[in-house]
Amino acid sequence: MLRIVHKLRCGFAKMTVREAINSAMAQEIERDQNVFLIGEEVGQYQGAYKVSKGLYDRFGKSRIWDTPITEAGFTGLSVGAAMYGLKPIVEFMTFNFAMQAIDHVINSAAKLHYMSAGGLKTSIVFRGINGAAAAVAAQHSQCFAAWYSQVPGLIVLSPYDCDDARGLLKAAVRNPNPVVFLENEIMYNEAFEVPDNVMDKDYLIPIGKAKIMREGKDVTIVTFSKMVKFSMLAAAELEREGISCEVINLRTLKPLDRNTVIESIKKTHRVVTVEEGWGQCGIGAEICSIINETNAFFHLDAPVVRVTGADIPTPYAFNLEELSFPKTHNIVEAVKLVLK
Amino acid sequence: MIFRISRSCFSSISVKLPPFKVHHLELDQLPQTTTTTSAELLAYYKSMQLQRRMEIACDNLYKQRLIRGFLHLADGQESIYEGLHAALTFDDCVITAYRDHCIALLRGDTPHQIIAEMMAKQTGSTKGKGGSMHYYKKATNFYGGHGIVGAQIPLGTGLAFAQKYNKKPNVTLIMFGDGAANQGQLYEAANMAQLWHLPAIYFIENNLFGMGTSIDRASANTKFYTRGDVIPGIQIDGNNVFQVRETLKFAKKHCLDKGPIFIEAMTYRYHGHSMSDPGVTYRTREEVQQQRKTRDCINYVKNIILENKVADEHQLEEIDNTAQNEIDIAVEQAKVDPVPPSTELTTDVYVDNQNHFIRGILYKDSILPKSQ
Repeated sequence: MLRIVHKLRCGFAKMTVREAINSAMAQEIERDQNVFLIGEEVGQYQGAYKVSKGLYDRFGKSRIWDTPITEAGFTGLSVGAAMYGLKPIVEFMTFNFAMQAIDHVINSAAKLHYMSAGGLKTSIVFRGINGAAAAVAAQHSQCFAAWYSQVPGLIVLSPYDCDDARGLLKAAVRNPNPVVFLENEIMYNEAFEVPDNVMDKDYLIPIGKAKIMREGKDVTIVTFSKMVKFSMLAAAELEREGISCEVINLRTLKPLDRNTVIESIKKTHRVVTVEEGWGQCGIGAEICSIINETNAFFHLDAPVVRVTGADIPTPYAFNLEELSFPKTHNIVEAVKLVLK
Repeated sequence: MIFRISRSCFSSISVKLPPFKVHHLELDQLPQTTTTTSAELLAYYKSMQLQRRMEIACDNLYKQRLIRGFLHLADGQESIYEGLHAALTFDDCVITAYRDHCIALLRGDTPHQIIAEMMAKQTGSTKGKGGSMHYYKKATNFYGGHGIVGAQIPLGTGLAFAQKYNKKPNVTLIMFGDGAANQGQLYEAANMAQLWHLPAIYFIENNLFGMGTSIDRASANTKFYTRGDVIPGIQIDGNNVFQVRETLKFAKKHCLDKGPIFIEAMTYRYHGHSMSDPGVTYRTREEVQQQRKTRDCINYVKNIILENKVADEHQLEEIDNTAQNEIDIAVEQAKVDPVPPSTELTTDVYVDNQNHFIRGILYKDSILPKSQ
C-alpha cells in the first residue's frame, strides 16, 4: 500500500521526496525478485534518514539487508551479487562514506563491461545523500557529482523533486548499467503535488533527458538537485523585474543532455550554471566546455557565468556555512551579471 | 616429496595425503588418504603440463615484446588450479586477482584465446580489450580477472551471497594471495559471510611473497588459515593436487552446511611477482632451484605415475610434447590474428552502448547516441 500523504484533489496527491524514493524502492522490490536494498541501518532502524521506512516490515530480511559499518566490504559484495545477476540498491548513508568504497564503484562496476568485452555486467544502483546538509561540517558535506560524472561506464542521476525521484530511481533500477543516484537531504522533507500517473508502478523518466522546469527567453539557468529550487526562486524574483529565465533541471548528469541546453541557448543567448559543488572541473565547467565545443558557442551574447560552492572545506558556523553554498540571491546576481 | 603409495587393485591407486593444520576444526574431519586412477593421473599430468607450457610461452612472448604491460605468471602453482577444477563444478563460482591465466584455461578458454588476448588480438578472450589481468567467463561462472589487490574478495563474497539468495547448492571460491590477506576488505567481507552464513571459500595462495615482501615482513600473523578468527580454517600443501582437491570437496560441504571457511594453500611461484620482477632480489636462486627440485607439483604426479607404472618416461615425454605442440600452435595462430578493429575502441562501455554519448579525443570524433 502506497502511503499518500494528502489527497488534494482528483488526480493529485502530495508527498515528500523521501516518500517518493521510498515508494519507488518499494515498487521495484515488489516487482522484481532480484532487487534488494542493502546498507547501514536500512532495515530494522527504518533508515538513517527514514528513506527506507517500512520496507523491512513489508519485505523482511531477505530483501532488506542491514550491514556492518564496512563500506568497502558491502559495496564490493553488492557489485559481486550484481555480477551474478541480482539487482542491488546500495544505500550509502552519505556519499562522503562512499569514498571508502569508491574503488568498487569505479574499478569493479563501471569498467567491468568494457574490460570483459561485454561478458559481464552489473545492474546496480548506488544511492544516498550528496552535497551539503546543514551544520554537518567539512567531512559530511561534499558534492560528488563531478567525480562520478567523469567515469565512462557509469550513469549518474540527480533528482530534484518527487517526479524526478520516482521516475529516475525506477529507471535506474531497471537499467542494466551501474547507476550513481545522488539525492539531497534537505530535499527529503520538501513536499510536492504529484499527479496520479507519477505514482504508477511503471512510471519511468528517460535517462539522459533534462527537464525544462520553467520556460524563458532572456537567460538559461542550467542546474540540478536542490539548486533547482533556488534557481526557480531566483527566476520568480527576476520575473518581477522583467527578466525571463529558462530553468533547466538536468536530472541526468551522465549522459548529460547537451541538446536541451544547446536549444535553450539558441533562444536566450545567455547562460548561468548553478551547482553546489566546488567549481574546479565541476558540472558548470563541463557545461561551459560543451557550449564551447558545439555551435552553441556562436549563439552566446556573453560568456557563461558559473555559480558554484566556494572553494573551501565546509565550515560549521552557521554564518560561514551560509557563505559557502549558492543561495537565491547569488543566482539573481549571476543572471544580472550575464545580462550586463 | 614422495608419499607412500599402495596399489590396492588394478584400477584404483591410493594416495596418502600430507598432514593438515586446522583452526576451529577437528583433524579427524579430514581424510588421510584418497584414491585416484591411471586415467585421472594422466589427465592431471597433461593438464598441468599444458598450464605450465602456456605460462612459459607467455614469458617468451613478453620478452619478445609481443605481450605488453603487466604479466603475472603462475608456473609452480598449477596443482592449485587443477585441484579446484577437480573438486568444483561450473555451477560453483571462481574469482581471483590477476594471476589468472590457468583458471581461465580450466574454466573453458582455449590456449589460443588466452594467448591471443595477451597478444592484444581480436580473437582474444576479451577481444584484446582486457589483457592478462582481465579474463571472464559467465557461462562457467568465472568472474575474473581483477587488477586491484583484494577487490576480488568482497566481489566473490557477493557471488556467494547471490548463490544463497537464489538457493543454489553451490559455493564461491575466492582466491587471493598472502599479500592480499592483509587487506581490510577481506575482513569486512568475511565478517558478513560469517554473519549471513554465505557459501564462501576464502582461498589463500601463500607463495611466501607479496610482490617483493616476505610474509614475515608483511603479516604480524602469518598463520593465514587462522586469520578468519571465528571462521574455521585449514592449511594444506598447495603443491599436492590431491590435497587441494579433497580439501575443496570438504570445504564445499562445509560451506553449504555452515558458512564460510579459510583455506591456506602453501605453494611457490617460480617467476617473480610479474615480468618486471626478476624474483631473486628478495629470495635466492638456490631457493627457487630447490623448490623446483623437491616440491614441483607436476613432478609429484609424475613420480606417482612412474612408481605405479601407469606410464613410462617415454610416454610422459610424448604427453609433454603434445602439450607443447598445442601451445606452439596457439601461439603461431595468435601471431597472425588481427588486432581489434578501431571501432572496438568505443564498444561495450555500456550494456546499451548505442544509447550513450562517448566522447572522442576531439569533440568532433565523439560517438553520438543512436537517437541523435
